Amino acid sequence: MKVSKIEVEHIAKLAKLDLDSAEKDLYTEQFNVILDYIHRLNELELESVEPTTHVQFLKNVFRKDEVKRSGVEFLKMALEAAPERENTFFKVPAVIE
Amino acid sequence: MELYKMTASQASEALEKREISAYELALSFLERIASVEMYVQGFLYRVEEEKVLEEARRIDRIIKKGEITSPLFGLPMALKDNICTTGIPTTCASKILAGYRPPYDAHVVEKLKGAGAILMGKANMDEFAMGSSTENSAFFPTRNPWGLDKVPGGSSGGSAALVAAGEVLYALGSDTGGSVRQPASFCGVVGLKPTYGLVSRYGLIAFASSLDQIGPLTRDVKDCALVLEVIAGHDERDSTSVPRERVSYSRYLGKEVKGFRAGLPREYFAEGVDAGVREAVLKAVKLCGGLGVEIEEVSLPHSPYALPAYYLVATAEASSNLARYDGIQYGFRARGEERLMELYRKTRSKGFGREVKRRIMLGTYALSSGYYDAYYLKALKARTLIKRDFEKAFEKCDFILTPTSPTVAFSLGEKVEDPLTMYLSDIFTTPANLAGLPAISIPCGFDGGLPVGLQVIGRPFEEGRLLQLCFALEEELGIRGIIPEITAERGGKENVQ
Repeated sequence: MKVSKIEVEHIAKLAKLDLDSAEKDLYTEQFNVILDYIHRLNELELESVEPTTHVQFLKNVFRKDEVKRSGVEFLKMALEAAPERENTFFKVPAVIE
Repeated sequence: MELYKMTASQASEALEKREISAYELALSFLERIASVEMYVQGFLYRVEEEKVLEEARRIDRIIKKGEITSPLFGLPMALKDNICTTGIPTTCASKILAGYRPPYDAHVVEKLKGAGAILMGKANMDEFAMGSSTENSAFFPTRNPWGLDKVPGGSSGGSAALVAAGEVLYALGSDTGGSVRQPASFCGVVGLKPTYGLVSRYGLIAFASSLDQIGPLTRDVKDCALVLEVIAGHDERDSTSVPRERVSYSRYLGKEVKGFRAGLPREYFAEGVDAGVREAVLKAVKLCGGLGVEIEEVSLPHSPYALPAYYLVATAEASSNLARYDGIQYGFRARGEERLMELYRKTRSKGFGREVKRRIMLGTYALSSGYYDAYYLKALKARTLIKRDFEKAFEKCDFILTPTSPTVAFSLGEKVEDPLTMYLSDIFTTPANLAGLPAISIPCGFDGGLPVGLQVIGRPFEEGRLLQLCFALEEELGIRGIIPEITAERGGKENVQ
């Protein structure tokens, strides 16, 4: 089950990463080495095994649906590190084509 | 004795008895940093000297009033740079967060502040905690105080090196696949990864949410217990934080260990472990036996599958967690892009380093349509089997002893070109993350002048007994808080206190 350069291009697209040709070659090669090692998982009989997504016994940890932080101070804090902003908005390039 | 050579508990006692002041202590560390940091390069950011001393004076005023709130009061420490500190740069050693100053403190930071800790700075790391050598830092690598041409390990390499070099009394790191324990092992310090859910991850910049845990790096086992006491505990802001009674871990230290049962998993002592490492670890195991601990061989048959499972689970979770770095709300934003998608791609491509990109893509692949079952789901099932192995072993024994790493610290540049070789450094540490178990590395000897670490794994939430065993063993080993002499010529000569 080898990964092709075309598949690497597809993955990069999904991950929103731009790769140049040299990088695509390098990653394709490295991917295959890593996946080769990972393929040993195929030695396992996993048909009847349940997946573990979470090691603890916790389930549905909820809190009351009440507003904890809001207002001008909170807004200021949220916008503080914005690379570009206007008033109380994060400024971004055109979203609609 | 120069004050920086004391352990945290020694310094704490001296402060309480008014034998020294917090000001004098802070000054000693600032002087130590001034003389060795240029060689070690453990800090990404240092709090200004004047601010440190001002804080120390404030602490002294409180001590004078007799209002010490904790054994960590007035002690200088460092935090791995993926732990959020208000107004202080928190970059995860990545260009994509260069200059980012969080508007809030992580839970553990709030706890340490409340305990009177003095922050000296933020510690270097592998970018986004992805790495085993700190060479993946986007800024510069940190050097091992025991050999300046060697790596300190990773990803909490900066934290481990700073403690080993005597630049801070203790540090916090994070451990997803071994990132506290392996650098502890390489740098000759104590490093603990708590049970998953014991320490809140609120404010820890996420890599793999089902694996990450914050843990202390300290000079000795007692210090580790003291730090853990402060940072452990339920936090409702972390939904994976477990509600449990608070434990006084230091009360376990000094208790009898006779009758404890320790298991040596045969899979961890097979080929691939350096001879010098195996020798030092087995020597420590023998000393354990001398303390009345029953040693027996156990088997963790699914061990060979832990690392491959880890590199699917962790990268899959990382691909999701790192999707937020898009140049919109914080961090680096690529300039001159007129369309949103271009902005995302340019920002991420310029902002992330090679290893981060590699892992994001691996994770994306493992989760993508057509491959989810073949990779990610398989890994989650393997995880179940690995967890079961431990549960079975813990029916026969209370602790599992292994080498922390198959080798001692390797040279800078030695493994950077070969990702898989680098990944194999974590072969003994990843199982405890997958199973959510507490695991600690303590220094147990040297091989060619470089520290060797012994790993001890315990049952969930049994950190008390884990520390109890390690405290007794540390006493027998006689290797505690040794700070190497660090000069331009060499950073490896022992300088026993």
